[in-house]
Amino acid sequence: MTLFLLSIMVFLGGQVLPGNVGRAILGPLADIRAVDALNHSLGLDRPLLVQYWDWISSFVRGDMGTSYIFRAPVAPFVIDALGNSMKLALVAFVMVVPLGILGGIIAALNVNRPIDRIISLGGLSATVLPEFVTGIIFILIFGVWLHWLPIAATWPKNAGFFTQIYYLILPALPLFLVLFGYIARMARSGMIEALDSDYTRTAVLKGLPWRVVIWRHVLRNALLPTITVIATQTGYLIGGLVVVETLFRYQGIGSLIFTAARGKDFPILEAGILTIGIVYSVATLVADVLYSVLNPRIRLGAEQ
Amino acid sequence: MSAIGAKQPELPSSSTRGPVAEVLVSLSLSGSFLTGLVIVAFWVFCALFGEHFTPYDPLADDIINSLMPPSAEHWFGTDQLGRDVFSRVIVGSRDILTVAPLATLLATVAGTTLGLFTGYFRGLVDDIISRVLEAFMAIPVVIVALLAIVALGTSKSTVIIVIGLSFSPIIARTVRSAVLSERELDYVAAAQLRRESALHTMFVEILPNVVPPILVETTVRLGYAIFAVATLSFMGFGIQPPSPDWGLSISSNYGMIAGGFWWTVLFDALAIASLVVGVNLVADGVQGALND
Repeated sequence: MTLFLLSIMVFLGGQVLPGNVGRAILGPLADIRAVDALNHSLGLDRPLLVQYWDWISSFVRGDMGTSYIFRAPVAPFVIDALGNSMKLALVAFVMVVPLGILGGIIAALNVNRPIDRIISLGGLSATVLPEFVTGIIFILIFGVWLHWLPIAATWPKNAGFFTQIYYLILPALPLFLVLFGYIARMARSGMIEALDSDYTRTAVLKGLPWRVVIWRHVLRNALLPTITVIATQTGYLIGGLVVVETLFRYQGIGSLIFTAARGKDFPILEAGILTIGIVYSVATLVADVLYSVLNPRIRLGAEQ
Repeated sequence: MSAIGAKQPELPSSSTRGPVAEVLVSLSLSGSFLTGLVIVAFWVFCALFGEHFTPYDPLADDIINSLMPPSAEHWFGTDQLGRDVFSRVIVGSRDILTVAPLATLLATVAGTTLGLFTGYFRGLVDDIISRVLEAFMAIPVVIVALLAIVALGTSKSTVIIVIGLSFSPIIARTVRSAVLSERELDYVAAAQLRRESALHTMFVEILPNVVPPILVETTVRLGYAIFAVATLSFMGFGIQPPSPDWGLSISSNYGMIAGGFWWTVLFDALAIASLVVGVNLVADGVQGALND
């Protein structure tokens, strides 16, 4: 449903653009016949429904069209950019998921003590700050003043795995900050709820060691909602990527869409956004599956 | 209103005070709310009267003195056109504090209306609208904004409309769930028996009773609206030059930070950070006070 709506929005966004595409490419001084001819060769003078069907059906077949500006098929651009974005997102996730969960657990085990206040309030403030603001501050501190990390995420050609990660740490930090608050908050409330529950009390009264209670009884239940939150955050993450990739001049899907939007390169813009929609839907699906695998109540309920 | 709380702090019950005074008292006792309020009030003051006390004209070029580091004459230094950064940061609050609240207002009005209709009528209308809104909510605001702004062109009103409409489904969802429980109550049945029109029942009978959740959601959304407006300006899709807007200033100056000109972006970044944190502290306080 989201995908369908998105595809219609993307398509309409492409159609209602002011001034026509041929005019945008050829410039204001071009002859009107040249503009019409270009529009015709791009197929832009056909009825909307025909264009939509043509576009969506070839997209499904893997043909994303031809870029207006580069005069080349869109698919390689989108796939390259998507790969780069996934690297960046992965670095951010690898940092934030363990630390966010750990932060939430520490906060929950120390409810209302200073350390809990620090993690909760710090997480909350970090979450509400725009990525480019924290990004700028990190660039200044780690890139300009301390010279620890490179300020642009453009590594030398043929750079090794670790060099690439080294270049991606700084761009990943703003994403880390925004996600940390969400994940820590969910992990914290999940933990508090699980710690309060009857099964935890039973486990403690049975005389089980504290470590076993936490690992086997509390954590398993506490982290379920956190998984859902992590998956829903992919939607946010994509928005964040547009900003962060622009700030750090990183060739990801976000900056691809951004450049396409500025240059009115609609095939790239449309393909990029639809690809993001697909990634988001897949992430949501994976989260649902993972949730039911980890949660015996849902798994057993479905079998009956 | 806080004077009431100061004079009679020993009165615990609502017997002598209305619910509104009750909430105001609990707000005036919340430290984080007051901190947030002071920050927000400071920036609102700067937005309204800033131009009268800035040391320099925030838009005046002075090429000879461009990119000067902070000094006694230019507290925050000057940018590449020699404009005084301090003056620009003070006046830079104006556009964001116009656009973000208007966007939030639009989101609240549209969201409340949608929420009242879907919650009150239920049935097929509700199903269809709710599904569409859900699908809509899954799309990141930045993406919607990119599309809309490319299609409609860049202007303050586009930004207001885009952010307002993207946020309205979230408010609609909150209002809808509040209306769902309200519509089962006797006063709604009474209104229906009096043969009041559906519009009257929704807006005159139910609406006043769902104000608290709307208020909470609105203050929370305001924080996100500032986030979104700042981000869009930074991307070049929001407020346009020569406005001294913070996000815009950062976007035109961050290319030079490798050269060590940190003062051209740091103060704008801190200004955005303080405003966003301030609004969120206020939102947090309102949420705490109304949910008690």
